Amino acid sequence: MLLIKCPWCGNRAESEFNYGGEAGIARPANPDTLTDAEWADYLFMRKNPKGLHQEQWNHAQGCRRWFNAERDTVTYRFTRTWRIGEAPSSTRDVDS
Amino acid sequence: MKKYSAFGLLRNALSYNEKWPEAWRSPEPKRKYDVVIVGGGGHGLATAYYLAKEHGVQNIAVLEKGWIGGGNTGRNTTIVRSNYLWTEAALLYEKSLKLWEDLSQDLNYNVMFSQRGVYNLAHSLQDVRDIERRVSANRLNGIDAEFVAPEQLKKNIPGLRVTANSRYPVLGASLQRRGGVARHDAVAWGYARAADQRGVDIIQQCEVTGIRREGGKVIGVDTTRGAIAADKVGVVVAGHASVLADMAGIRLPIESHPLQAFVSEPLKPVLDTVVMSNGVHGYISQSDKGELVIGAGIDSYNGYGQRGSFHTIEHTMQAIIELFPAFSRVRMLRQWGGIVDTCPDACPIISKTPVSGLYFNCGWGTGGFKATPGSGWAFAHTIAEDRSHELNAAFDLQRFTSGALIDEHGAAGVAH
Amino acid sequence: MTSRRLESGGFVDRGKVFEFKFDGRTLKGFAGDTLASALLANDVAVVSRSFKYHRPRGIVSAGADEPNAIMQIGKDDATLPNLRATQTELYNNMVARSTKGWPSVNFDVSAINALFGRVFSAGFYYKTFMRPKRLWRCYERFIRSSAGWGSAPAGNDPDEYAHRNAHCDVLVVGAGPSGLAAAVAASRTGARVILVDEQNEFGGSLLSEDTTIDSVPAMQWLEKTVAELSNCETVQCLTRTTAFGYYDDNFVAAVERCADHLGKPPGQTVRERLWRICAREVVLAQGAFERPLAFCNNDRPGVMMASAVQTYVNRYAVLPGERAVLFTNNDSAYFAAVAFKKAGGLLAAIIDSRQSGAGVTAVTNAVDHGIPIMNGHLVTDVVGKKRVRKAQVAQWSGDTSQTIKNTVSIECDLLMMSGGWSPAVHLHSQAGGKNIWDETHHCFVPGETLQQNRSVGAGAGQWSLMECLQRGGDAGRTTAEACGFVVQAGQTYETPQDQENPIEPLWRVPASRSPDRCAKQFLDFQNDTSVADVRLAVREGYRSIEHVKRYTALGFGTDQGKLGNINGMGVLAEALEVPIAQVGTTTFRPAYTPVTFGAGAGEDIGEIYDPVRKTAMHEWHEMQGAPMEVVGQWLRPWYFPQYGEDIHAAVARECMAARNSLAIMDASTLGKIDVQGRDSVALLERIYTHDVGRMAVGRCAYGIMLGEDGLLMDDGVMARLGEQRFYLTTTTGGAAAVLTWLERWLQTEWPELDVHLTSTTDHWSTIAVVGPKSRELLQKVGCNVSLQRENFPFMTVKDAELGGFPVQLFRVSFSGELAFEVNIGSNYAMAMWELLIDAGQEFQITPYGTETLHVLRAEKGFVIVGQDTDGSVSPVDLKMNWLLSKNKDYLGKRSLQRADLVRTDRKQFVGFVPVDGKTVVAEGTQLVNDPLLPVPTPMCGHITSSYASACLGHPIALGLLQSGHARIGEQVVAAQSDGTYVDMQVVSPVFYDPKSERQNV
Repeated sequence: MLLIKCPWCGNRAESEFNYGGEAGIARPANPDTLTDAEWADYLFMRKNPKGLHQEQWNHAQGCRRWFNAERDTVTYRFTRTWRIGEAPSSTRDVDS
Repeated sequence: MKKYSAFGLLRNALSYNEKWPEAWRSPEPKRKYDVVIVGGGGHGLATAYYLAKEHGVQNIAVLEKGWIGGGNTGRNTTIVRSNYLWTEAALLYEKSLKLWEDLSQDLNYNVMFSQRGVYNLAHSLQDVRDIERRVSANRLNGIDAEFVAPEQLKKNIPGLRVTANSRYPVLGASLQRRGGVARHDAVAWGYARAADQRGVDIIQQCEVTGIRREGGKVIGVDTTRGAIAADKVGVVVAGHASVLADMAGIRLPIESHPLQAFVSEPLKPVLDTVVMSNGVHGYISQSDKGELVIGAGIDSYNGYGQRGSFHTIEHTMQAIIELFPAFSRVRMLRQWGGIVDTCPDACPIISKTPVSGLYFNCGWGTGGFKATPGSGWAFAHTIAEDRSHELNAAFDLQRFTSGALIDEHGAAGVAH
Repeated sequence: MTSRRLESGGFVDRGKVFEFKFDGRTLKGFAGDTLASALLANDVAVVSRSFKYHRPRGIVSAGADEPNAIMQIGKDDATLPNLRATQTELYNNMVARSTKGWPSVNFDVSAINALFGRVFSAGFYYKTFMRPKRLWRCYERFIRSSAGWGSAPAGNDPDEYAHRNAHCDVLVVGAGPSGLAAAVAASRTGARVILVDEQNEFGGSLLSEDTTIDSVPAMQWLEKTVAELSNCETVQCLTRTTAFGYYDDNFVAAVERCADHLGKPPGQTVRERLWRICAREVVLAQGAFERPLAFCNNDRPGVMMASAVQTYVNRYAVLPGERAVLFTNNDSAYFAAVAFKKAGGLLAAIIDSRQSGAGVTAVTNAVDHGIPIMNGHLVTDVVGKKRVRKAQVAQWSGDTSQTIKNTVSIECDLLMMSGGWSPAVHLHSQAGGKNIWDETHHCFVPGETLQQNRSVGAGAGQWSLMECLQRGGDAGRTTAEACGFVVQAGQTYETPQDQENPIEPLWRVPASRSPDRCAKQFLDFQNDTSVADVRLAVREGYRSIEHVKRYTALGFGTDQGKLGNINGMGVLAEALEVPIAQVGTTTFRPAYTPVTFGAGAGEDIGEIYDPVRKTAMHEWHEMQGAPMEVVGQWLRPWYFPQYGEDIHAAVARECMAARNSLAIMDASTLGKIDVQGRDSVALLERIYTHDVGRMAVGRCAYGIMLGEDGLLMDDGVMARLGEQRFYLTTTTGGAAAVLTWLERWLQTEWPELDVHLTSTTDHWSTIAVVGPKSRELLQKVGCNVSLQRENFPFMTVKDAELGGFPVQLFRVSFSGELAFEVNIGSNYAMAMWELLIDAGQEFQITPYGTETLHVLRAEKGFVIVGQDTDGSVSPVDLKMNWLLSKNKDYLGKRSLQRADLVRTDRKQFVGFVPVDGKTVVAEGTQLVNDPLLPVPTPMCGHITSSYASACLGHPIALGLLQSGHARIGEQVVAAQSDGTYVDMQVVSPVFYDPKSERQNV
């Protein structure tokens, strides 16, 4: 059970959250101008790194807000979480 | 290399088992191979075996960063079946099942493939429709399948709760009698031994750290044991597919997730078949050793940690008790996790890549073990011929661009 | 008699005699006994048979590492398989039986297997049973029947289980001296402490050892310490509680056995409680396991761990033999020998493998008690099958690679062995910690930790009592300090100081023949894995410890290698000619000791396995005897049978009522979302495919949403309630997903939009009033708005007062008939429903369920997302092009242009009628153009919906067919799963009222 720091509510149990996958995939402004391959890249291709991963989570059983997080996919430890539209703190901001 | 047989066992027993030869060699890597397979799991070893056997490739190495069969091959719940919905998937898995049926004899290594039947339970009217659809499709594809009504299920599977008043009543099931389970480690070892006999170098403790390319073509790999040149490189590393793809500058539609499983303490025979339920998210069989082997769900987050969260295990225990109330008093002996490479359409990728001579086989998600022989067979063909076999043509990377996805989420809704 | 109860001593209550049955024999024990101590007190030597060779086996240990005494406890549905007798507290009238051996443990016909011991070497089954292929089933049946220990119960579990969440500053696992010291030190700072121990009382090794702390007997210190902890408000003390799993972020799962020691849970007591502990800091004080020695026939009954003997003597007042030999490679076991001697046993000799023997303290102690010591000697073998009779002893030079000849044989009925100690690093390892090899004590000790935990005591390789107490106290203070508590100076302890000689490793004992040829030297007792097996594995190329484990089954038993793994690693290291540190350990996984599924599941089983959602009218439906359909978490009435009707008759009647007169349905499960905010139109334009902005206020529209892959995701009617206010409906199953989908796009991609989304699924109940008489009914109960077509046309919405209740009234129809949907606050819904039912009697108002709902919409060719679509269907496939706006971008639009989505031979939505005019084909059935083509027979589509239509007088079906839109009028064949074929005519999916006039009247 991961302990996840919601940037609005603080530390809560993983069971309150939904995972949203890779963060920072902006929807193309003009999809019509993209080639099929470029569109496929947006739709399906993922970094899936072994190590630090920027991802989205939703505090579904709490404030229902989506937020960004950086987490190590090997140790599962969060290094920081931040609100959508804000910049992440430059240092680790999660206690656990 | 001596053949394994009952007679051999006796003869070796007389010489105090001191004369058993190595099942496979542990050679030093050569400087160059015709084909390098990255990943010494079941799929990689099978690929090497069929490359040598079916395509006469002489100079093959399998590179394994740890020990062979140490990834998902040795971490799954060993279910084998081919009753997939879509024809593309069904025919590939059926090829695999056919290979399973002769595998022990072909490899001269008993993989203990036990065709004890696989049931997929229906808990809602939509489940029943989906099962009718799948059974109907399976039969047209020449795959054995039948619909089993609840009254018959009661008789076939003692202990299964088939009552109308349960939270998710069992409304029927599909049954594939030819499906079953196998001894997972033996599959890796059997392929390793058989491949080794055909001259394949199996090199353990050899991690690939880079994929060398020149002019859009692969020329070899960098490893923790030095550079190894190769004309062709086949990558089949399951959960680590994205990591290897990144080395070659390729993007994949793969996410790696923890998938957990657990076993009970060994019990006297109590469950003679395989029972899977998408509705309550659990699947269970009993190993020959007597352990109940139970698959839990996928943890939601990306993870390379070979472990997951305990609430996933709790939910699975609830599901198992929902199906088999008497197992409430049985105890979990050991739990573990693997790293599954999930694809958006729950189907694999067996494909050429934008890099000439570089091939990827990944995306098996929760269903890779059953595909081991067929995956290796098709991947060997793809590498040897530099084009897909018709069995894996639909599983090309191109499908993500064209949109021709093969949505098997119904068949793969739970881990298996 | 060779093992017996002592007259005095121990912590058993001699005044409380328990009768129990073991394999049918009635025996007696005392309160405070374990089943193992009671069996030993009754001189039961053979308690089981081994897995492969069916060798007689006795009790080896006194704890979680016991491999042999695996019992079936209790009867019938309350039976428990595979309990270790060493950890099973005795209760009155316990029924226990051994789990191996037929007809009995004392005479087992399968013992003949032992004659073929060398044939059944490691991995033998991979090498045989392959031919003839068809016989594998028989081989397998035989293999399965000989495997397994106990039996699962057959019926439902009579007991209950519970979960409890707990938070603390410091969790201390293990209440031996170091754990107690840690807990006391932490608690004195005010920190919230949870202390768990798997045994029935705190104390750990202090319960077995005879020593002093601060110059008083250790038991006095123990009592005082436990009293202090129990009286401290911030400390939770949990006995009979095993911390079995250490997960991420300091989440520790522990199971408390609340009732097993009572036989049956009294009253409302749960049998087991799962503690889900979130700890800021964890102190692991799990202790250590003593190692066996791998000499020939080291599995014979009467061969026992030295520390176990000490425990049975001191704690349970049982002398496990009359005449003992101790075989050791370290000092600790000398104290066990002395304990045995002091209790009245005869100690024939201490055989110490070390040339220089033990340290001064141990030697003096032994000599004072008249025990002869033979340094530089080994026990190479024992004589006796069902009970040790003699130990074969050889003088030894210290060279393990040589074979040696026996020089002495010593009569004994108990062989105490000690190969040193292995710290229990299980939880530390589960937490991600590394282990390092301690070259001095020859054991793996906890290294770097990844989480907020530290190990102390024997579990950290701290062996003296003083060190355990001191380091335990330090850990208690350090962890409390890390949690922000103010810490006073550390306490010091005073304990007897021993002068020790170091252990000398002895992973395998040389014998008179080579290790491959001598009698079996067991490593894993439960799985019959021997030294020769590990060596064979290496010979065959299985070199990694994980390969060896899997090939030989070393450590796969129910003790998970607690007893024998370390010797296996030593033997492997020798065979590979590498240091043991390089061999490494296998991965430590939960559970530390096995955990009941019931405990893991907790309360959430049976009725509350998953929450049941019921509408406000649910009880009314039940009263009518409607069978329920499970739809997601909802239960919905399926149909409303009148006396004697089957589903077909009931549905036909319900359908005709809707078409001809008046019918009513509870549609409350529809997902409902209230959308408000300045930018509501902007958001919905991007989500839905049609031109949302063009809808007039008060209008309703059918809308669909696509995934970014262009495939249909959900559908529903939306209503524009104001300029920037919408009411959305979703499918019953899609409600939660659609809300999440909207919220996600809004928050993550378009946060600049000012929109508020609120789920109102449960707040509004929805009653569909359907049929030509629906308008009359609403008028009859009193409606404050005109319901006539001119004022209230099809696809509009109005706020109204109906029968005195405020409602939202929609003129929409999912049946093709004149119909209204009444949205009413859920608290009033039942009253409204009854009002409508009563008033509708004159029109024969007919309630209907989901089946009739499906038939009515199918007659009109309306799609049900999730039934007629499956995640691979585009709106174009459904001929919904009219819904796809060309004026804007929306989610999924770009995907519709991809090559596969513009194919003309995609599967498209059409209707079917059976050519014979009477067969209702099974839903799901595949369609083929030519069933006679050889397998794999190409399929061209499948049936998604199929019903008998009462109003049309023939069956109808919907489905997806390759190029279907161009194939109207053609025939295809439905290949049913039972092997029958039905010819189907391809038709338009709109079977009834194709011009849609009826809903507009």
